[in-house]
Amino acid sequence: MSQSFGGWVAGYLGNPKFNVRILMKLIFEKSVKGRRGFGLPVSDVPVKAKIPSKYARANDAELPEVSELDAVRHYTRLSQKNFSIDTHFYPLGSCTMKYNPKFTEDLARIGSFMNLHPLLPQLAGGEKLTQGALEVMHHLEQLMCSMTGFDAFTLQPLAGAHGELTGIMLMAAYHKSKGNKKRYIIIPDSAHGTNPASAAIAGYETIPVASDKNGNMDLVKLKEVITDEVAGLMMTVPSTLGLFENNIDEIAKMIHAVDGIMYYDGANLNAVLGRCRPGDIGFDVMHINTHKTFTTPHGGGGPGAGPVGVNKKLEKFLPVSRVVKNSDGTFALSYDFPDSIGYIAPFYGNFALLLRAYGYILMLGKQGLIDTTNHAVLNANYIKERLKKYFKLAYDRICMHESVFSASQQADRGVHAIDIAKYLIDQGIHPPTVYFPLIVPEAIMIEPTESESKPVMDLFIDIMIEADRLTRESPESFKEFPKTMPITRPDEVKAARDVKTSYFLRV
Amino acid sequence: MNPYIANTPEETKEMLNVIGVNSIDDLFVDIKPGLRPKSFDLPQGLSEYEVVRRVTDMGLKNNIQLVPFVGGGYYDHYIPSAVDALISRGEFYTAYTPYQPECAQGTLQSLFEFQSSICTLTEMDVANASLYDGGTALYEAMMMAIRITDRSKIIIDGGVSPIYRKILKTYTSHLHYEFIETPVVHGQASREEILKHLDEKTAAVIIQNPNFLGVIDDHADIIEKVHKVGALALSSVYPVSLGLLKTPGAMGADIVTGEGQSLGLPLNFGGPYLGFMATRKKYIRKMPGRIVGETLDTQGRRAFVNTLQAREQHIRREKATSNICTNVSLCAVQSAIYMSMLGKEGLKELAQLNLDKAEFMRQALEKIKGVQVKRSSPTFNEFAVVLPKDASLVIGEMIKKGFAAGFPLGRYYPGMEKYLLVAVTEKRTRQEILDYVKALEEVL
Repeated sequence: MSQSFGGWVAGYLGNPKFNVRILMKLIFEKSVKGRRGFGLPVSDVPVKAKIPSKYARANDAELPEVSELDAVRHYTRLSQKNFSIDTHFYPLGSCTMKYNPKFTEDLARIGSFMNLHPLLPQLAGGEKLTQGALEVMHHLEQLMCSMTGFDAFTLQPLAGAHGELTGIMLMAAYHKSKGNKKRYIIIPDSAHGTNPASAAIAGYETIPVASDKNGNMDLVKLKEVITDEVAGLMMTVPSTLGLFENNIDEIAKMIHAVDGIMYYDGANLNAVLGRCRPGDIGFDVMHINTHKTFTTPHGGGGPGAGPVGVNKKLEKFLPVSRVVKNSDGTFALSYDFPDSIGYIAPFYGNFALLLRAYGYILMLGKQGLIDTTNHAVLNANYIKERLKKYFKLAYDRICMHESVFSASQQADRGVHAIDIAKYLIDQGIHPPTVYFPLIVPEAIMIEPTESESKPVMDLFIDIMIEADRLTRESPESFKEFPKTMPITRPDEVKAARDVKTSYFLRV
Repeated sequence: MNPYIANTPEETKEMLNVIGVNSIDDLFVDIKPGLRPKSFDLPQGLSEYEVVRRVTDMGLKNNIQLVPFVGGGYYDHYIPSAVDALISRGEFYTAYTPYQPECAQGTLQSLFEFQSSICTLTEMDVANASLYDGGTALYEAMMMAIRITDRSKIIIDGGVSPIYRKILKTYTSHLHYEFIETPVVHGQASREEILKHLDEKTAAVIIQNPNFLGVIDDHADIIEKVHKVGALALSSVYPVSLGLLKTPGAMGADIVTGEGQSLGLPLNFGGPYLGFMATRKKYIRKMPGRIVGETLDTQGRRAFVNTLQAREQHIRREKATSNICTNVSLCAVQSAIYMSMLGKEGLKELAQLNLDKAEFMRQALEKIKGVQVKRSSPTFNEFAVVLPKDASLVIGEMIKKGFAAGFPLGRYYPGMEKYLLVAVTEKRTRQEILDYVKALEEVL
């Protein structure tokens, strides 16, 4: 190996004593009585009030007592224990770890948006106070309609899974209004776990449908489960196998024939944006994960935003409030939608995330968005072609934004997908998604995104080929990986058995 | 020019050759001609500078010059600069869910510290790594209580945020749950009304402290009776108030949720916010959301991992405790940093400062003829005043004088049209309060 991405932060482990004594400590263990992280203003009012003892706290909250530098150094050092897009190649399939432009962070911190109280537009005449924010929302909804072919959007859902739940509640409201007796939602077996979970929470039973040998939905099996009791079908397009479903139009016809609703899970919209629109191809409702297609930061696991788009059939059921444009060109919030499912979030969505997405869309514009899709798909196919000699492809055909391999051959040598993942960590690469989708044994799902350059991908490919060689030459060495990180493999069984989830208590 | 795509035309060509196709269009053959977009009507791209300028200009159409006295569960607290500086580190905000713990110890340990701080703040045993917001967290708590008790009747006090109550109703409208709302009496939860409905079919009683009217309470007596019928007590709390107020843990609550915006998050016109949830240790396996646990690595060193994942959707699918995939990790880290900087003494001081300023304002408002300050129950940093005329009209007049004077309770509580809900944080100065009082006198 002549080249690698380098291990972790050089020098970090140089002095093990320092590492253990200072760097591995919890902030609570650095606490010293009397230290303060920031000062509050001295009271300028001549009043000292007291909470009646019946209502007062008996014991102090044991928050850490540290100086500002203690806190800054602690959390800076902690941050350095993470792999991130800014620091590492992060081909985590299905999660779309594309670059997060810095200027959108600035947009989210514009004071006149950041400091805006969400209750202001609910005051009498208060909409006048928030015209800028309402305009952003209105325009973003319009842009999303143009991109997806839907008639209306709500920006309220607070994450993709929340968007799914909202979409299914819209589906339920539709069936209720028509007096339809519906029980089931059909979901392909390749779907994200959130699909069945969302359907179940909305009160539906789910029917899984298998994929055929090409990774498409098996139409024969689908036909068998379609009855008048089917409320709808949830599909991710392209699928979580990274494949574009060839038979969408037929599937939509079959579902609509029983007055079912076609739900588009927008998790992979980034693969087709500008190349096809869910609203044009038979779908009735969809959600968008802004952190995937519109590159709002993943934040170590949120916050996200999950706008939901619908066609005319479902529009009147959208949650309130909705942004409307007055005849004089000003904007307002309206609650006057009697068929609305109601409030699904406290306010208008995760506004600061929506603002980032808005800036990204404005900057790229029509051609930029199409190019983005093109290069996401180009990069994925490039890696797929170059690696398929070494790792078994789950489906050997042109893929979209990601490709799914199976480490089954390597597993026969005793090296599993997870072991290869851990090897990659030592090579300075965040592992691809492993063990998903569930229907591919030893799955390794690779999504480079359009952000990555050919040289970076070439290096990654070399390292993967090297990993394959190592599985032949010394499969036993994989058990030790990773060895360059702040920790080696953690004992997850112990974590679940001897549960400790707070500094203050062992369960 | 698209700075987010690296490939040059030459590289693109090389890659197409490797793939064995002539053009990028060939990669989209699976999208049949009939499935192509009917239109893709979007504006031309702009430069970074043009976008920043345009969005900044749109921001100017918002009015943030008003001196804010609006709360309603979302408060204008000071956030020290170090908080934003730290969460602006790319290693935190451009990482994802810690699926590979060895290269995500930063996020995992920070979340463990967040959970710990929430536990000591609420005096509960265990907390999760966050939920979307205080309202959806309360919904998740309600569902958790329904799962634990296998009952379906919910009693919710009228002092619980009306926004939260609307959210709960939306999520349960198509399910078969009995939902009873009880009124507040003298600003506090009505014991009589709650007990009237409390029975062995009850899954949960939901209360809030301080409640939406700003009133504080000790719910221990209610909770004791809730436990007698085998139901669970759910308490929604305002975390800053816990610097001084009796904790839900001390009152005996079973599940505690709340909105963590006040712990270091900007108002952001409604989000992202921070839902938190804490519970008793015996219920940890029924709790939704991600949970970070401590363990050891193969060399015996302390390590942090996502734990008890058998509850979650990616394993359990339709049998999961919740459909939540993402939580709001970055917001949780943000508040963990804020709480660490605030510290044990800072929390008490902050709460005291809020209490004192609110009390000062109440005293000043009481002196205005025709204004009645409700004193029947104690409050923290938010309180209701009864005006001689419709609060909405008064708010409109106060906007002209430069104040966001408060929230009109009549919007959510019919019959309370003259009630104005006023919030005072540590950021309001004595002078701002006196100016407000003067302006109000002129308006009335």
